[in-house]
Amino acid sequence: MQLTALLQATTNAFERLAVWRDQMNRKHAVATALAVVLGVAFLSPLWGGLTTAFKTGSGFVTTTPLTPPTPGIFTLQPWGEAWATIGPSLGNSLMFTVPAMLLSAVLGSIAAYGLTMVDWRGQVAVMTLFIAAIFLPKQGLLLPLSRFWTAVDLAGLLESIGYFGLPFAHPKHTTIIQLIVTHACFGISICTLLFRGYYLTIDDDILEAARIDGASIFSIYRNIILPLSYPMFMVVFIFQFTQIYNEFLYALILVGGSNPDTGAPVTLALAELNSGFSQNWNGQMAGAFVTAIPTLIVYLLFGEQFAKGVEY
Amino acid sequence: MSVRNKLQSILEQGPEAGQSRERGVLDSDFVRSMPFWVPPTVLMGLFVYGGIVWNFVISLTDFEGLVPPEYTLSNFDFEMYARLASDASFWNALGNTVILMLGFTILCLIVGLALAIIVDNLLRGQNVFRTLFLLPFSLSFVVTGVFWQWMYNPEFGVISGVLGLVGLASLSPKWLTNPQLKLFSVMIALVWQYSGYAMVIYLASLRTIPQDHYEAAKIDGAGFFTMYRKVIIPQLSSASVSISVVVMVFALNAFSWLFVVFGSNPGPSADILGVMMYRTAFRSNQWAYGAAIAAAQFVMAVGIISPYLYYQYRRGEL
Repeated sequence: MQLTALLQATTNAFERLAVWRDQMNRKHAVATALAVVLGVAFLSPLWGGLTTAFKTGSGFVTTTPLTPPTPGIFTLQPWGEAWATIGPSLGNSLMFTVPAMLLSAVLGSIAAYGLTMVDWRGQVAVMTLFIAAIFLPKQGLLLPLSRFWTAVDLAGLLESIGYFGLPFAHPKHTTIIQLIVTHACFGISICTLLFRGYYLTIDDDILEAARIDGASIFSIYRNIILPLSYPMFMVVFIFQFTQIYNEFLYALILVGGSNPDTGAPVTLALAELNSGFSQNWNGQMAGAFVTAIPTLIVYLLFGEQFAKGVEY
Repeated sequence: MSVRNKLQSILEQGPEAGQSRERGVLDSDFVRSMPFWVPPTVLMGLFVYGGIVWNFVISLTDFEGLVPPEYTLSNFDFEMYARLASDASFWNALGNTVILMLGFTILCLIVGLALAIIVDNLLRGQNVFRTLFLLPFSLSFVVTGVFWQWMYNPEFGVISGVLGLVGLASLSPKWLTNPQLKLFSVMIALVWQYSGYAMVIYLASLRTIPQDHYEAAKIDGAGFFTMYRKVIIPQLSSASVSISVVVMVFALNAFSWLFVVFGSNPGPSADILGVMMYRTAFRSNQWAYGAAIAAAQFVMAVGIISPYLYYQYRRGEL
């Protein structure tokens, strides 16, 4: 009984394979072979890291990173260590990434609306400033950024409004707020570009009809554009989340050390873990994966949106 | 009705329409659109363009981090730029940056195009492979820096492991310490991370090419490679331009990966402007000099993006 079922399944599989082979010509076959080979090559840095993260210290020097850990050298200890050093900063990263992502997306959406839906001459000039801003070097902004946050006494400001008296307040929130504002403001330009590309595809007739009905610019945004933008908001959120979460340089300038109590994000913590001269490769690899987990999850769940965001 | 049309109709109506013209401007879409685009533009303008101006002003001072810079006109000079011109390590870093920019961009275009054509010709699993090749692009440079150090580890690393499989372990080069290989190793790792991006852009562009172009080429007897070379690739030029600009500007400012792998001093064979700027300003506290290096990077970036913006403008795609 089971045997016939198995046989049936096997024949089915073979039949499907045969159909597939018929559709497949030489071109497809070569493309598949190449894609598989390149796919393996592309994954090798991740694979090598993953196997190493599960090996003991003596394990990863006696085996190649290509082979998975055998029971004798298998260990979870690197993950525990990595979590202990990097875990606390993970919260910091999310604490500024999410608000900065939301802020930059909202600002980008309204800017794109103002610059797309309404026809006036200066539009292209202002848009050019936005596009150029995306490409300008970060290094040109680092010194002013650090001077700016020295000049603006944010800690004093928060103190004076009694923020630190609140039960959930923490001194590191000063840094977190600095990072939110910085990332949100630098993110506006790319968000505007993404939304503008989308708004240009919206049919003008709907808006014209709404205007004839006497809808104001505000109500057109709220009632027509905003609901139409939800899919695009998703794209921008995914894009900005990975951008801001992955960012390293601004945090390096604004936070300095990697102590999680000063608000250091996870990228700084991993760089610190990596910078030692000790050869704890398994710990470093586990740390890299712990750092990458949020972006990997977002990427695997929303790969389509990520690709769209990248296509600007 | 658009502002332009409105103004035009007002003008056509002659001078007696002057009053309504004034009201028209105040009441126009332009004014009513301002609450939307002005606040984000001001924020962006202050942080980005304000920052660039401020950086330039700092580069004119002698700021070294101990006392705040003196922003007085008498204090301003181009001393830092003169120093830049006579600094051999600046020219060396500039040379490396240009080599990285060109080599990395060309490799990205080639690998990205190859990946796009391969994925486009898959019968099944186009999305799976697209996701796979784009995956590195979603990772932080800190993460990929850590992985690639392990890839390149000459004793136990992934590449030496592969070479060991074919019995060539002794040939495994010191990727990250050999001065002749360093910059090349950086390039390979960055191409791994960025070629997926190039692939996505090429793939989107390939999918806009109508199927009958392929058919026509086939009927004309063109083989696979001839078809791509003569018919398809020429239609991808606008995608190539966009990719080149994004990738070049990235290479110009590449910092995080190098910093994670080499620290703030990668040595003369892999020193690039982005790292030199950080080292000068934030490690040696020569803030004004660092600002001058950043200004040089800014000028280079403008040199790359302004032709691009002009090209886009001419194509009506701004």
